[in-house]
Amino acid sequence: MGNVTDPEVMIGVPGYERPLADSEKEARESVLKIAVNRLNFLYGARQVLFDVSLEIMEGKITALIGPSGCGKSTFLRTLNRMHETVRGTRAEGEVLLDGQNIFDMDVVNLRRRVGMVFQKSNPFPKSIFENVAYGLKVNGMTRRAQVAEVVEKSLRRAALWDEVKDHLHKSAYALSGGQQQRLCIARALAIDPEVLLLDEPCSALDPIATAKIEELLFALMGSCTIVIVTHNMQQAARVADQTGFFLLGKLIEFNKTDIIFKNPAQKETEDYITGRFG
Amino acid sequence: MNPRLGWRKFVNVLMLTLTGLCALLSVSVLLIVLGYLGWNGWQYLTWTFLTHLPAPVGETGGGMANAIVGSGKLLLIAALTGIPTGLLGGIYLAEFGGKTFTFLVRYTADLLNGVPSIVMGIFAYTLVVLPMRHFSAWAGGLALGVMLIPIVLRSTEDFLRAVPMPLREGALALGASKWKAIATVVIPASIRAIATGALLGLARVAGETAPLLFTSFNNQFWSHGLNQPTASLPVMIYVYAIAPYADWHRQAWAAGFILLMLVLIANIGARLILSRKSLAPRG
Amino acid sequence: MKSFVRRLGSGDEIAHLITLAFAASVVLITLLLVYELWTHSELPRQHFGWRFLVTSTWDPVFENFGALPFIYGTLVTSAVSLLLALPLGVGAAIFLAELAPPRISHVLTFVVELLAAVPSVILGLLGIFLLVPFLRTDVEPFLKATLGFLPFFQGQMYGIGMLAAGVILTIMIIPFIISISREVLMAVPVDQREAALALGATRWEATWRVVVPYAKTGIYGSIFLALARALGETMAVTMVIGNDPRISASLFAPGYTIAAVIANEFTEATGNLYLQSLIELGLVLFLVTIIINALARVLIVVTTRKGTAHP
Repeated sequence: MGNVTDPEVMIGVPGYERPLADSEKEARESVLKIAVNRLNFLYGARQVLFDVSLEIMEGKITALIGPSGCGKSTFLRTLNRMHETVRGTRAEGEVLLDGQNIFDMDVVNLRRRVGMVFQKSNPFPKSIFENVAYGLKVNGMTRRAQVAEVVEKSLRRAALWDEVKDHLHKSAYALSGGQQQRLCIARALAIDPEVLLLDEPCSALDPIATAKIEELLFALMGSCTIVIVTHNMQQAARVADQTGFFLLGKLIEFNKTDIIFKNPAQKETEDYITGRFG
Repeated sequence: MNPRLGWRKFVNVLMLTLTGLCALLSVSVLLIVLGYLGWNGWQYLTWTFLTHLPAPVGETGGGMANAIVGSGKLLLIAALTGIPTGLLGGIYLAEFGGKTFTFLVRYTADLLNGVPSIVMGIFAYTLVVLPMRHFSAWAGGLALGVMLIPIVLRSTEDFLRAVPMPLREGALALGASKWKAIATVVIPASIRAIATGALLGLARVAGETAPLLFTSFNNQFWSHGLNQPTASLPVMIYVYAIAPYADWHRQAWAAGFILLMLVLIANIGARLILSRKSLAPRG
Repeated sequence: MKSFVRRLGSGDEIAHLITLAFAASVVLITLLLVYELWTHSELPRQHFGWRFLVTSTWDPVFENFGALPFIYGTLVTSAVSLLLALPLGVGAAIFLAELAPPRISHVLTFVVELLAAVPSVILGLLGIFLLVPFLRTDVEPFLKATLGFLPFFQGQMYGIGMLAAGVILTIMIIPFIISISREVLMAVPVDQREAALALGATRWEATWRVVVPYAKTGIYGSIFLALARALGETMAVTMVIGNDPRISASLFAPGYTIAAVIANEFTEATGNLYLQSLIELGLVLFLVTIIINALARVLIVVTTRKGTAHP
């Protein structure tokens, strides 16, 4: 497992393609997009996140890793307040999106700005077109030509257009698993979110479908801030600029991906990424 | 083989056979009902029966056209009052409800569902007939509508709960407000099942007689509008069956045949629709 | 408060309030039903008090009303139907849940559910023209010849009467017993069954000694539910029971039930005391069935919770 962290090994893996060299990226100015300050999260009386603080940069890909049950998905769902769909949950602390606390924002407006893609693809039982157009319609876009234009653009951004352009009006359920997940990404992109949260988007997909989604993430880099939760360390190493390691509800370490994987500061992080964990 | 084991095996086979006979007997009752009613009803079903008013007492012939239309009117009122109430209440239980109140509503609905239909008739009588001082389609339709509420409410709730949570989350994550997510994703995903549940409810109240006896009452003629006593198929069957005229008995069979066919077709159709998985298959 | 107004703007609070109102209407309607029945049966309560329930004169001319014959008829016909439906229904449920191949079980259960959908007036129709003659010419003479020493099977054989009502009710409640008992039997965890079989029990022994006791509470629940239905059933009973307010031991004799007397006399009731006495009968019927139903629901919820993982 040790060689996983070596970027050289990644070359040749389908979809591995860094658009920018590390130095170039450093050179670009980093702008703070989301700042999380001392976030605590409770399910009833049970605390699942403890004092999590981190900063997410605009246009970058941030990966969150950790063993299952470590709170990384809960953390992700807090970023657009999806946790509120579950009764008896409570989040305390501050999450600032462009300096504004999301807990003071209108939740609908927040989710418009911070989109989300789920672990299992969840297309609506509607046509492919209707799925992508859904977000536009609930957000008030009614002109048909405009809707069609954005649908096409979104499907292109999600690298799905060529595969579906001839049967846009077929049911979304006719698509394969990987296509369905890319459809969900297209659906999320259609409303042009500033931030896109992905909750283990590849866990149900085969390697080829996974590679396509990773390619897509690279293509989105710059235009959209991406936070991805993954149980797959290689994936984090491949795609992310920054990586956070969660364990038992605490953010153990958060740093540039290279540093996390090559030279972690914490013993727990090292144990986990080298496979000595548990 | 020792005799004890032999005895146990004998008991085993005997009892298993007996339970099978119980099942067979129960099922054959329906076949008898169907067969006998089908045989008698089909025989007496004529075009005149479907299109003419009842003949005056003592004369033969005539039909139940007014009762067929009357039943339609009553069901329409029932559907217009009972289905929206049950539907919206069911949406509340599945999507908005808290714990205690939801339990209370659900439990009350189950109890209301178990109230004898004749008592519903009394309810509609005191509520509508007494103040209006006359029988009317309104009163009968309302009695059926009240009976429909708990049926539609509970089935709507169950079908909505069966919609996978990720679909709701998907809509919310796109910036849909809660009610928009419900209206544009959750309900469309289960609309066929919900409609089928409502249809089953209608089929059930369509055969109810007791709540109509002193609400919509009966009428040998066409009733105009919804403010007059109104004939209905179930009440006609009752009145004709206990009357001493052979011709009325024949008409009761024909009416029973029509009613049973409607109820069975609705039930079988609903079953077919529901068994063809109407909810989203997960990919 | 500010956030409430904003949510109102987004429609969520409006939708919440509207659906809440309709959900609450179920509770309100039930309360209104109780209120209406209560206020419209004031007169007989003043006149007769508790005597209403225990005296057996029903005399519209002299306005003297006692409900005992109707209560008696209701209880007897329901008891007869339970005695017949219980072994039949539970037996059939055991067959469908435990023994029949899934496909056959599926089809038969569907047929049973269809039987539950047959309107009661249609069963009454068949009762008059098929069941009553059959009882008069075959069943009742047979019962009289074999069990005639019992007080239940003596006297004139009319065909119509409490026995006919009991049999019709049996047909009406059997689907309830079967489908609910089947459900609770199927909710019994597989390991219970396998444990018994592994100990060398025969199929029947495993079912009867382990599975059925496990599902006992739920089966009781189905019986209560069926009982409530039998007590309140109107049309089919009215058509075959003979409608005679007498208390007789023999099941061959005509009788009268609460629901039947309401159905027959409501439109003819002259005078407020008469009408309100009938409404008070309705109130009695309502209270009894609602209590039995409430018990049944609790029992069914308890067993299906115990047996299955899903709530």
